[in-house]
Amino acid sequence: MKLKLFSIIFFLSINFCFAANQIVDENKIYKNLRCLVCQGQSVADSNSDFAQTLKMVVKDLIGQEKTEEEIYHFLSEKYGDWILYKPKFNLENFFLWFFPYFVLITGGFIIVFLIKKRSKKV
Amino acid sequence: MQNTIKFFIILLLVFILGVFFISLNKSSNYDTKYLLGNKLTNFQLKSFYDNKVFINNDFKENNFTLINFWASWCAPCRVEHPVLIKLSKEKNLKILGINFKDKKANASKFLETLGNPYDFLAKDELGKQSIIFGIYGIPESILINKDFTIIRKYIGPLNNKDFNEIKGIIN
Repeated sequence: MKLKLFSIIFFLSINFCFAANQIVDENKIYKNLRCLVCQGQSVADSNSDFAQTLKMVVKDLIGQEKTEEEIYHFLSEKYGDWILYKPKFNLENFFLWFFPYFVLITGGFIIVFLIKKRSKKV
Repeated sequence: MQNTIKFFIILLLVFILGVFFISLNKSSNYDTKYLLGNKLTNFQLKSFYDNKVFINNDFKENNFTLINFWASWCAPCRVEHPVLIKLSKEKNLKILGINFKDKKANASKFLETLGNPYDFLAKDELGKQSIIFGIYGIPESILINKDFTIIRKYIGPLNNKDFNEIKGIIN
């Protein structure tokens, strides 16, 4: 009986989590879209005509049950990756994604080396 | 090991200088170069005059179509209008005008006064269609061929240089 109850709760909670993931947050999308006619503002921050129109289109796309990724794909097809604040990972920008990790690891090795060298001297 | 560290430091400096050099020589303005070669698919536009809806098929007979976003309240649209009138005389080109966020009476008066260069006239009352065409301000014009492939995109008012370029492409 306990096992049955546990399985039902487990199943329901998984469903709930899955459903929560599927809700598209329009404000999150606006924040990740660059206003192309403004200086350093996102669509969420801007009151420009372009930003207002873009918000309407995003709302329509959400109404058509498009996912967040599909909306980004649609807009980057029209305006390029420049419209996205968080660029997609691709061959052109892989260095941008990996360089910080590379610097971090290399820096770590250098620090370890210097510490070892100093402790040998002492 | 010390040589390796030196090598990495030099490499890092070269990288930083390289990034600065490339970035400072590159225009950071948004441009739409990447749109060239893309195809316009599945668009639907309401006619300016009646309830007719224009779809891709309505333009497939045209060798070249120039899609022009304009409005009566837009001053640069007035500037480019003579160029559009000249282009409307080209046999190989049809012009689709999309009246953007405008009042019908004002737009009609604009065309009555300055002439109507458009073979097809549609309206985009809320501006949503402009997003489908990758427009972010007006006037903007897109030259497409028979396959709906984008050949050129003109941001801002068309001028005589653009006129000659379009003429060269379509003839």
